[in-house]
Amino acid sequence: MLRFMIQRSLVALAVAVTVSVASFMLLHLSGDLATAIAGPEATSVQVEAIRVQYGLNQPLLAQFFAWGAKAIRLDFGNSFYFRESVIDLLAARLPITLFLGVVALAVALFVAIPLGVLAAVRRDTWIDRAALSVSVLGQAMPSFWFGLTLIMIFSVNLRWLPVSGNTTWKHFVLPAIALGYYAMPAVMRLTRNGMLEVLASDYVRTARAKGLPPRKILIRHALRNAVIPVIALAAVQFGFMLGGSIVIEAVFSLQGLGQLAWESIARNDFPVVQAIVLVLAMIYIALTLAADLLNAFLDPRLRQ
Amino acid sequence: MNEPVVRIRNLTLALPKGSDRPHAVEDLSLDLMPGKILCVVGESGSGKSMSAYALTGLLPRALKPVGGQILFEGRDLLTLEERGWRALRGRRIAMVFQEPMTALNPVMRIGDQIAEMFEAHGLLTPAERRNRAVALAIEVGLPDPGQIVRAYPHQLSGGQRQRAMIAMALALEPSILVADEPTTALDVTTQAQILKLIRDLQRRRGMSVLFITHDFGVVADIADHVAVLQRGRLVEQGIAETVLQHPQHPYTQALLAAVPSLVPPARASRADAPLALSAIGLTKTYATRGGLFGKPRVVAAVKEVGFEVRRGETLGLVGESGSGKSTTARLAIRLIEPDRGTVRLGSLDYTALAPRALRDERRRIQMIFQDPFASLNPRRTVEQIITAGPIAHGTPRREARARARELLDLVGLSASAAERYPNAFSGGQRQRIGIARALAMEPDVLVADEAVSALDVSVQAQVLDLLEDLKQRLNLAMLFITHDLRVAAKICDRIAVMHRGAIVEMRPTTDLFRQPDHAYTRSLLAAVPGLQAARP
Repeated sequence: MLRFMIQRSLVALAVAVTVSVASFMLLHLSGDLATAIAGPEATSVQVEAIRVQYGLNQPLLAQFFAWGAKAIRLDFGNSFYFRESVIDLLAARLPITLFLGVVALAVALFVAIPLGVLAAVRRDTWIDRAALSVSVLGQAMPSFWFGLTLIMIFSVNLRWLPVSGNTTWKHFVLPAIALGYYAMPAVMRLTRNGMLEVLASDYVRTARAKGLPPRKILIRHALRNAVIPVIALAAVQFGFMLGGSIVIEAVFSLQGLGQLAWESIARNDFPVVQAIVLVLAMIYIALTLAADLLNAFLDPRLRQ
Repeated sequence: MNEPVVRIRNLTLALPKGSDRPHAVEDLSLDLMPGKILCVVGESGSGKSMSAYALTGLLPRALKPVGGQILFEGRDLLTLEERGWRALRGRRIAMVFQEPMTALNPVMRIGDQIAEMFEAHGLLTPAERRNRAVALAIEVGLPDPGQIVRAYPHQLSGGQRQRAMIAMALALEPSILVADEPTTALDVTTQAQILKLIRDLQRRRGMSVLFITHDFGVVADIADHVAVLQRGRLVEQGIAETVLQHPQHPYTQALLAAVPSLVPPARASRADAPLALSAIGLTKTYATRGGLFGKPRVVAAVKEVGFEVRRGETLGLVGESGSGKSTTARLAIRLIEPDRGTVRLGSLDYTALAPRALRDERRRIQMIFQDPFASLNPRRTVEQIITAGPIAHGTPRREARARARELLDLVGLSASAAERYPNAFSGGQRQRIGIARALAMEPDVLVADEAVSALDVSVQAQVLDLLEDLKQRLNLAMLFITHDLRVAAKICDRIAVMHRGAIVEMRPTTDLFRQPDHAYTRSLLAAVPGLQAARP
């Protein structure tokens, strides 16, 4: 197990290095940075000054190492737009997106897994069909529209929850439901299919032949095996939710990372964009690593 | 005489509508005597497994008991609710299954799975359960019991897994053990050990065993009583010896006659026929990648294997799983490339052919595969399947079609089969289609990889006769891969015994069976089930 963990962590580290190179290169391939920073009205003298100021006259490799050395210390420079350090911006925005993502994922899993199990156990009954309808609806409905509908019902008409903002936990309820519902169908269907397969397996028959009660068969023998691929999917979904929460953040006016990314792209605020890309990629890598380790813990065959 | 432990009376199990017959089991009456082993024998679809599942209440949902009784300990089991079954299962009636790999939960330790038997019935404390698991592991002969209870199923061999299953079944000292083909998935030497284990335990514990099998050799080894099922109906039952020696029903007689004898027929030597296929020093090593930072593991699948097959001759490659026989077959037809060594077809160096020339010459050596269900494309008609090869090699379409019909006739199918799809045929018929497909290429050499292993014994006999007949009529050379020594005795002129990637002994079939040289060959032969009953 320890060997597997070390191996897997080394792979994650290699991916992280590759990603940081890619995210660095991406910026430098998108055109002359100095011109972009200086803006359309700048003279060539001003552009040169900026080039020297930001070290853009250095060889690319030297720039990368300088940038990398800073990035490791979480120093991503200053935002062109806000004139404050990027890390402070991230520190303010990231927790909102992370919190939203975690709650949304929790909502998705707490609905999707039981629903998937139930749909499999009660296959071809009305429960199964209802679960399928719920998931198809989640796949078909645009998340901004669902978000707006929630606002209409619970905030405007019933006045139970606030319309927008991010000051209290109440502000996160509707966005988390909207975002979670978006992630739910895939998890639900994978759980259902996994359960169907496992319930038909020989070892579930063995468990029945032992005289085990249905609940123990379902959880210990069936779900324990069926949930393994779901974990990997959940990690990927969580990554998507962090990167893809832009729409939901816009609908609910949450000042999260998605909003910041969207605005920074529009403003050509490169240090911010670059830092967000890098941070999201690192979170993604960490998630995949965590999912792999959890899976290895659950499935001894993966530890080899 | 003792009272039976279980009395099955007029049991009828209904199949879902639209099946090929209305009942899986019809009007079945059986007695399971105390301390005896009753073998229920039959071919696939005979309903033998379903009668076992009925006794454990584990019938598939689609199958409904519609008549009869199963009397056990004063109750009719068919009237039990699920709760009543739960109290019975594992505790009074335990079960062992065919496939020990899939019958064990892959993510649970062996010891925990054994201990779960006690937990399921609320017996003992967790610590006592663990101790009992170790004790049971000792009783079923698992090596290093203290350690093995901490292992996961994938870390055990097939035989060890089946021992673990048996340990589990024995945990609560049930009075009845139901075993559904428990040795079918195992190698012959392992099968012999497991059969002995079941018999020993049954005697020591005085259990009754309902043993489902398709193999009369196994019946001869283990059964006290036999019941023969044909298409859901009981056709004959009685004392094992009587039924085996003096079968009364024509179906039983036919089944027994279809079991190949271990005394091979005399065969003329083909030593002066022209050489069709020769392998010289074939070696193939597999390296499994150990991931980005892991060490690769190297397995020598085939080591310095050499043989010759002449026109009109069948060479058998015999061995247990992992012996390298299938890898050898795949090397011979160049499905995979050897690390070293040469394959010759006649005088042609087949190994040295460049891809383009290889495509032209491939028609000269053709393969028949093991699984008649997986090896035919379900979305192509039989005619398309048979003609695809010849057309690709330039035979005009019209000619290829006419030839396909001739071939279907040759393998004993009607020409009308050409328009149908594989799913319209039984396993044996599909294997005939596979043979016709191979023959359409007009090969010099046929490679048959376990070509009759998936077939019922009566169908197996027919396909073997067909292969023998074709070999003689078309003067083919045949490389016949099998794990079944009875089949090898019936069809092979010479046999090469493979063990751990190497040929340990290669001799004419009659000599090999009369006087095996190598210790491994002797152990293989000794393990063949039903030796006592090996009459001509």
